[in-house]
Amino acid sequence: MNVPDDLKFAPTHEWLRGADGTVGISDHAQAELTDIVYVDLPKVGTRLTAGQTAAVVESVKAASDIYSPVGGEVSEVNEALAGNPALVNTDPYGDGWLFRLKEVAEAEALMDAEAYRKQISA
Amino acid sequence: MSSEAVLSSPAPAPATAEQPPSPSLKQTPLHAAHVRLGGKMVGFGGWSMPVQYPSGILTEHRAVRGAAGVFDISHMGQFIVGGPGGKAWLNSLFTNDLNRIHAGQSQYGLLLNERGGVIDDLIIYEYAEGEFLLVVNASKIDEDFAWLSAHLPPPDAEGDTAIELSNRSDRFAALAIQGPRAPGVLAAFFGPTITFPERFGVTVIDHDGLTFVIARTGYTGEDGFELFFPARASAVIWDDLLAAGVSLGLIPCGLGSRDSLRLEACYPLNGSDLSPDRTPLAAGLGIFVALEKGEFIGRDVLLKQKADGGPTERLAAFRMTEKCPPPRPHYPVHAATGDAGADPVGETTSGGLSPTLDAGIGMTYLPAALAKAGTPIQIDIRGKRFAAVVEKKPLYKRRDERFTPAGDKV
Repeated sequence: MNVPDDLKFAPTHEWLRGADGTVGISDHAQAELTDIVYVDLPKVGTRLTAGQTAAVVESVKAASDIYSPVGGEVSEVNEALAGNPALVNTDPYGDGWLFRLKEVAEAEALMDAEAYRKQISA
Repeated sequence: MSSEAVLSSPAPAPATAEQPPSPSLKQTPLHAAHVRLGGKMVGFGGWSMPVQYPSGILTEHRAVRGAAGVFDISHMGQFIVGGPGGKAWLNSLFTNDLNRIHAGQSQYGLLLNERGGVIDDLIIYEYAEGEFLLVVNASKIDEDFAWLSAHLPPPDAEGDTAIELSNRSDRFAALAIQGPRAPGVLAAFFGPTITFPERFGVTVIDHDGLTFVIARTGYTGEDGFELFFPARASAVIWDDLLAAGVSLGLIPCGLGSRDSLRLEACYPLNGSDLSPDRTPLAAGLGIFVALEKGEFIGRDVLLKQKADGGPTERLAAFRMTEKCPPPRPHYPVHAATGDAGADPVGETTSGGLSPTLDAGIGMTYLPAALAKAGTPIQIDIRGKRFAAVVEKKPLYKRRDERFTPAGDKV
């Protein structure tokens, strides 16, 4: 399972790219969810705290809440997912990103790639 | 033709070493095979079953619509009814009319309670003259068997009974092979000389020393078969069948695609779309209710419901008409004309994404006036209302010309 070294991870399987505040779900998470058919994204300008429900990802079988891995304000959302939600499956760390945050806070609690690899292989 | 081997086959092998998701869940004889294939095991009706394999629900769904899929349906229950009084007795409990079928045919119908509500829906196969296989829902095996047993006539003065009823659910394994290439898969597995039963037909054959009941029935809206055979042989049969069908595109399919396929075909799921508090007339299953055949349990209630102008609520199929999350069971349903504060007019009983229609679909009981094709409604998905329209059932109908035996090169 792909876990890029330059990302930080929440125990609930969201990732954060510190450089630009991009948030998505891990390769492991998309594989568990399978066949993503709809993504409900937050509105730009929404203020989120770490652990708050930020989005809903729907697979054929179930709706799953996605939690913001850190605090911040939503500055951009991935509009491409409206037309092609399966991008989350095919490219979870690239074109399948969910939203971007500015004024990122509470990032210290996140795991590095090594720790996240341990969590999902446990 | 010997059905005796199925009827008297030994009990299945002991449960495998794999741990079920919950210790209280039952396992089918194919549990280890599902785990080995990477099946994602979930609880369903008291059973640990694969909801999907690594291929995913959408791929499994499309395989059945376009090629073939195989489902483990060993969780379903099998009862055998025989004896000189068997047919007349079953007919007194079943909504359809078994006098319309003979050996080699089957019939879909329902068991009703005294209130006319649905206990279970099932198919009764007359696999040999006067010999019946009843296939019932997994979650209802005990309830159905208790209901049937309670309605057996008492033995006569000599202690004899004209009806033999037995629960053989643990002895049977069952597989559904569904899709336009299902006949090809069976020909590859059994050999090219196999004679297929007609739609809703049933045959019994011996193959490699095992007895198979082969029925041309299913729960997907495609052509296909359901095989019933001794549980002890199931692992080998599963592997051989998958190998025989691989060049035809056969893949193993789980409960996820079974649900999306049956929902497109608008086949009801008992416990969701059918309930002990609603009649089959309300569920739109009137063609499986033979009111004219004479007495059966629940009939008087249905006659009264009909005389009173029909059910006040009807099970309607709907399709979402705007881009939205997939509808799922228990979402509130609103009339499109109702104001924002109005109470819901119903609740979804089933729902999901239709891979074939590429839209959200579902079923819901609606007041009869709203349950007409073309009526706009709204589905409340997590607090936001999305537009939908009532559609004629089924939402998906196969193009039969694709599936005639002649058109299916095997």
